[in-house]
Amino acid sequence: MNDARTFATATPTAPPRSRTALVWLLLPLTVLALAIAWLVATDPLRSFDNGAPPVENLTFERTILSSDGIDVRVRAGGSEPMIISQVLVDDAYWQFTQEPSGPLGRGETAWIHLSYPWVLGEAHVVKIITNTGATFEHEIPVAVPTPLATAGSLGNQALLGAFVGIVPVAIGLMFYPALRGVGQAGMNFLLALTVGLLAFLMVDAAGEALELAGEAAAIFQDQVMVVLAAAASFLLLMAAGRQGGTPAGLTLATFIALGIGLHNLGEGLAIGAAFASGAAGLGTFLVLGFTIHNITEGIGIAAPMLKARPALWMFAALTLLAGGPAVLGLWVGSLAYAPQWSALALAIGAGAILQVVVEVTAYLMKSDGRGGAALVSWPVLSGLAVGVAFMYGTAMLVKI
Amino acid sequence: MIDVSEWLRARLSRRGILAAGLAAAGGSVISAAGATGESRREASSAQADGHGAGEAGSPHGSSHGAMMTVGEVDATRNGFDTAEMLTEWETGTVSRLPDGRVLRTFEIDAVDKEIEIASGVMFPAWTYNGRVPGPALRATEGERLKIVFRNYGSHPHSIHFHGIHSARMDGIPGAGVIGPGEEFIYEFDAKPFGCHFYHCHALPLKRHIHKGLYGLFVVDPDPARHPEHTQIARSRLFGTPESTEWQEFAMVMNAFDTNFDDENEVYAVNTVAHAYMKRPIPIVRDRPVRVYLVNAVEFDPVNSFHLHGNFFDYYDHGTTLTPTLRTVDTIMQCQAQRGILEFSFNDHEPGLYMFHAHQSEFAELGWMSFFDVREAVA
Repeated sequence: MNDARTFATATPTAPPRSRTALVWLLLPLTVLALAIAWLVATDPLRSFDNGAPPVENLTFERTILSSDGIDVRVRAGGSEPMIISQVLVDDAYWQFTQEPSGPLGRGETAWIHLSYPWVLGEAHVVKIITNTGATFEHEIPVAVPTPLATAGSLGNQALLGAFVGIVPVAIGLMFYPALRGVGQAGMNFLLALTVGLLAFLMVDAAGEALELAGEAAAIFQDQVMVVLAAAASFLLLMAAGRQGGTPAGLTLATFIALGIGLHNLGEGLAIGAAFASGAAGLGTFLVLGFTIHNITEGIGIAAPMLKARPALWMFAALTLLAGGPAVLGLWVGSLAYAPQWSALALAIGAGAILQVVVEVTAYLMKSDGRGGAALVSWPVLSGLAVGVAFMYGTAMLVKI
Repeated sequence: MIDVSEWLRARLSRRGILAAGLAAAGGSVISAAGATGESRREASSAQADGHGAGEAGSPHGSSHGAMMTVGEVDATRNGFDTAEMLTEWETGTVSRLPDGRVLRTFEIDAVDKEIEIASGVMFPAWTYNGRVPGPALRATEGERLKIVFRNYGSHPHSIHFHGIHSARMDGIPGAGVIGPGEEFIYEFDAKPFGCHFYHCHALPLKRHIHKGLYGLFVVDPDPARHPEHTQIARSRLFGTPESTEWQEFAMVMNAFDTNFDDENEVYAVNTVAHAYMKRPIPIVRDRPVRVYLVNAVEFDPVNSFHLHGNFFDYYDHGTTLTPTLRTVDTIMQCQAQRGILEFSFNDHEPGLYMFHAHQSEFAELGWMSFFDVREAVA
C-alpha cells in the first residue's frame, strides 16, 4: 500500500491503474481461499475415499553406528502423518526410542535409537513397521563405527580431500610454464581438451546427482530437483560471467575453477558418506587413481590464461577454489550426510560445468579468429577426444 | 446367539477353579505385580541368566538387549485378551436329541475386524466371532454337533473342520462356503476324539487362513468308550474333577503378514507378539500342565514348540490316550498339525521357564513366551 501511494504522487495517471492491478491480484487469491474453505468444510471429494490405507513412504537419510547401538534418521513422506509402531533389526523385534516421538507428518524427520549389538564388518538390516503394517527396510552393507568429529579424524579426512582435490589441481597447474609457449593449434588443442574433460565431469556429476536424488525422500522430487538446480546454477553463472562481456583469461580460469570446485564438493560429500557408511574402504591405489584422474582439472584451469600473466598467489587461490571443496565435502559428507544434499551439490556442479563448457568453447572460437570453423579443426577434435578418453581411462582406476 | 448364561456358567466355574488354584488368567498382571519376594528373586536371577527380556520398567528386564516389541496391545480395543484366551473354552449350548444323545450347538459369525497384533501394528483381519484365533471349541466324543455359521464379512467364507464328516459338511466351495449375509449349518458327530483344527476353506485358501479364520476344535474322549484307559480319558474330559486338577491351555501358533508380501512379520501364540513374555503364564508348581497346541501359520511349512528346563509327553493329533512321543522337549508341527503336550513342574523350583518356537527367526519375531512357575497361591 505504501508503494502504491508514493507511486501515485509521482504519476497522476497511475492510481486507478495500480488499484485495478491490486483488484486483479486479489481476485484469484480470493477464489483460491474460497475453494480451500469449501473443500475443507464440505469434503465433496469423499467419494474418492475407497477405504484404501493411506500411502506411506519412509526414507532412511542417515545411519550412525556407535557403541550405543544403531541410530537412524528417517524422513516421512506419507499422505497422512505416519506412526512408527515397531522396529526390527535382522528380523528380530528390538526395543527402540523415537526422537521426537509421535506421528511423523509429511517431510518430518525423527531419529530412531536402537541399543543393538551390531557386529563390525558384517551386514545388518533395519526394518520399520508402521501402524498399518507397511514395512520399510534399510540395509547397512558393512557395519563400521561412524566417524566422530575429532581433530584426528577431521585431519585424516582433510588429507584425503587434499589428495583427491587439491594435489591434482596443483600438479596440473604446474604444467602452466611448459604450456605457455604453445602456438594457436596447441592452444586450441588444450582448450578442447579442457572442454572434453569438463564434459566428462558434467555427465559424471549429473548421473551421480540423479542416482543420489533417487535415494532421497520423494518429497525432494529427485530428477526435477537435479535438473532445476543444474539449470539455475548454469543460468546464474552465465549471467554473472557475461556481465563484463564474454569471460576470457583469468576470469574464465576462475569460472572453470569454480565449476570444478562445485563438482569436487559433491564428489567429496559422496566419498565422505561412503566412508562413513563403510561402503568404501579407501585403499592407497584408489586415492592415487583419484589424484591422476583429477590432474587434467589443473591443466583445464591453466589453458585459458596462458596468454595472461597471473600473479603466483592467483595459482594458489585457483587451486584452493577448485580442490578445496573436496575437503569440505568430505567433512560434511562423513558427519552430516543426507542424499539430497549431495545430489544438490552435484547438480549445481553440473550446471556450473555446463557454463564453463559454453564459455571455454566461445573463448576458443574467439581467440582462434575463425569462429565456428575452428571447432571442426583437427587440434580441437583431437583435444576433445583426448580429454574425454583420458578422463574415461583414469576413471577406470577409481570406479568400483 | 450363544446361550450366554450357560456359556458364562461354564466360564465362571472354570474361573472359580482357577482362582482357587492359580492366579486368574485375566489377572496375571496384578498377580505378577503382587508376586512373592521369592518369585521376584527368581525373575531377577532369570534376567541375570539372560533369559529375561522386556521393556524398561517391566519386571522382566531388558537383559536380552531389549530384543522385544515395544509397548502393550490394547485388549479392550481388540475385544479379546491373550491372557484369558488360554483358558477360554467355547462349549456351546447343550440339548438332548430324541434318542437321548447330546446335541451341542455352536454359533460362529465371520466378521471383518481390524486387530492389534503388536503394540501399534494394526492388521485388517477376518475373524470368527471377532477374535483371532477363533473360539476354542470343546465337545465330547459321540455328541451330535451343530454349528450355525453366519457370514457378516465382505467375502465368501466357510468353516472346514478337521474331523470325520460327510462331503456335504466339508466347508469347501459347493459344500458350505457361503457368501456375505448368508447362513449355513454344519452338522456331524464329534469324532474322533483329539485336538483338532478348523479354518475357512474359501478361495484363495492362503489368504483366507492367514487373515485370521482358524481356531482350535477339541473333542474330549468319552471315558465310557475307553474302559482300558478310563482314568486318563476322565482327566481329558472337560469339567470332570480329574480334569480340573490339570492346568489346561489353548495355544494356537499363528503369524501375520502385515505388508502382504507372503512373508510373516509377526509370529505369536494366540496372535499377539511377545504377549506371554510381557505377561508370563502363571503355573502352579505341583499341578500338571496340558497344552492343546495347533500350528495355524501360513507361508512357513513348519512351526515348533520347545520347552526350557523340562520335558513333556506328546500326543500327535490328540487321538490316542497314550503318548505318541515320550520325554521330548521339542516337537514340530507342519501347517494344520496339532497335538497335546503334558508336563509337570512338580520337581522344579519356581521361576520363569521359557517356551518358544525353535526356529529362532519365529522366536525373534514374537513367538517367545514364559511360564511363571510358582507355589500354589492361596
